[in-house]
Amino acid sequence: MPALDAEVDAEIRRHGAETYPNECCGALIANGDTIVEAFRLPNTTVEGARRRFMIGPDDYRMAEKRARERRGTLAGFYHSHPDHPARPSGTDLAQAWPNLTYIIVAVRDGAPEELRSWRLLEDRSGFEEV
Amino acid sequence: MAYRVLIPTPLRPYTDSKDAVEVDGTTVGELLSALTARYGDLRRHLYSEEGKLRSFVNVYVNDDDIRYLERESTRLKDGDVVSIVPSVAGGAPVATETLPELTNDEVQRYSRHLILPEVGPEGQRKLKAGRVLCVGAGGLGSPAALYLAAAGVGTIGVIDFDAVDVSNLQRQILHGTPDVGRSKLQSARERLGALNPHVKVEPYETALTSKNALEIFKQYDIILDGTDNFSTRYLVNDACVILGKPNAYGSIFRFEGQASVFATKGGPCYRCLYPEPPPPGLVPSCAEGGVLGVLPGVIGTIQATESIKLLLGAPGTLIGRLLLYDAWGMRFRELKLRRDQDCPVCGDKPTVRELIDYDQFCGVAPAASAPAAAVPQDFEITVLDLKRAIDSGRNPFILDVREPQEYQINRIPGSVLIPLGHVGSRVAEITAAAEGRPIVVQCKMGGRSAKATQLLRQQGLERAQNLKGGILAWIDQVDPKQPKY
Repeated sequence: MPALDAEVDAEIRRHGAETYPNECCGALIANGDTIVEAFRLPNTTVEGARRRFMIGPDDYRMAEKRARERRGTLAGFYHSHPDHPARPSGTDLAQAWPNLTYIIVAVRDGAPEELRSWRLLEDRSGFEEV
Repeated sequence: MAYRVLIPTPLRPYTDSKDAVEVDGTTVGELLSALTARYGDLRRHLYSEEGKLRSFVNVYVNDDDIRYLERESTRLKDGDVVSIVPSVAGGAPVATETLPELTNDEVQRYSRHLILPEVGPEGQRKLKAGRVLCVGAGGLGSPAALYLAAAGVGTIGVIDFDAVDVSNLQRQILHGTPDVGRSKLQSARERLGALNPHVKVEPYETALTSKNALEIFKQYDIILDGTDNFSTRYLVNDACVILGKPNAYGSIFRFEGQASVFATKGGPCYRCLYPEPPPPGLVPSCAEGGVLGVLPGVIGTIQATESIKLLLGAPGTLIGRLLLYDAWGMRFRELKLRRDQDCPVCGDKPTVRELIDYDQFCGVAPAASAPAAAVPQDFEITVLDLKRAIDSGRNPFILDVREPQEYQINRIPGSVLIPLGHVGSRVAEITAAAEGRPIVVQCKMGGRSAKATQLLRQQGLERAQNLKGGILAWIDQVDPKQPKY
């Protein structure tokens, strides 16, 4: 797990609980090696937000801009898995970008539970927990 | 000519950390080819195995997404800037990711399902993951369990505590002649296992009670109600509502059957249709009233059909509809059902929140033995005492209150047939015929004749006695050559 500000951890859980039973999503902004901000982004999926999230190109650019404003870097993204474990799904894998941190928070019955952090393997065959 | 390509953060490790690179080309496609030729690691992240740009890779020429231009053939002109912009997407595992795979054997076995677009491999995997509990391995449970097993429903629970009786075989096709006397669960297990070894059968050799129902039901996706009595039917319904499990309901009587799907979210339950059980004894069981053997075959397969559709998530189930079938007239009819807001179980303000005593609810529980105390000692006579009375020449008047077709099967020699429904209007005739003789009233098992005995005693024939155990006891203990039914 990369270094996370306590407030970032709390914010991701809060966001997941608020959108339950739908998925939430957002960007992770880092300063050096520490993730210092969970930047909320709208879930614009058209496939049903209970099981899907989508951060479109405009919102991606917003995240890059936010990182620049904070003089940090875009370290990755987070999303929630309502009533599913905090493990990347096949859909996550199929659409994953390399070199990013993916944080997943499991939300069960509206209450956030485990929060885990993943990175795509270079050959796209799977994720490794980081 | 060279154009600038803006590289997003996740891809910069492959471009020597540069956020923009200059490459040559005349179209977007050529530009990207040149880019991936120079930075080889980019290729697998931008392009799929089939060589198509991945869906989450967006390419812009200035502010325009190339999907709205000419895609990769979009021509570039002086000063254009190309950006690669990620979409970030994903989500929780869809159900299919957690569904069991089909083996090659299963693919062959279920091929007629697999080529139906409405089922397909995904639907068949849903069936394999599915768990259906058959309450009862009798007339309805037999065809239902057989078709569920054949269809590949992965786990089939069967609850029953009876042994196979030869009179079951006319309709309970799970069991065969060699199974007579064995436990129904044993033959069910063997038969289902032989039909489809890929299916797991979970037997419960017990009566379903308010104590064990929730524990058993909660392990299943669907409860298939194949019960033959009202107490258990209300128990099944209430347990399904409490647990939120769909109830694939069916019931049969003589030539008529009904089926529906109860206790789904927002849908009606059995109690919305029948808030109260009928008075005990009003509706005879199959053992008393008879049933056309093929009737449960039709209704049980409808229940199996609905269970399979529920597992597949299919539309068009019997939720909110009661299907009525008349085998004698060969007609199907349908009634609309709505959830009753005032239903004590599934209504807006339910009063039944846990399982109750259903024998008491249905009035079949022996209510504190009060009537038993009121019954005089000489109310009953045993078959052996009747035999002695006959042998000693006391010439008892034996009144058989069964129906004519039952009387044709077997009878106590010398008995007179007056069906229960006619006894009240023929008391005078009975009084005359029985003049000076003991009176013994008899039916199949002693239930109907107890009512007739009571009626005769009220009409002044106080010496009337009920034959305990009816003609079945007579055949068992006195006259074993006669057939039983």
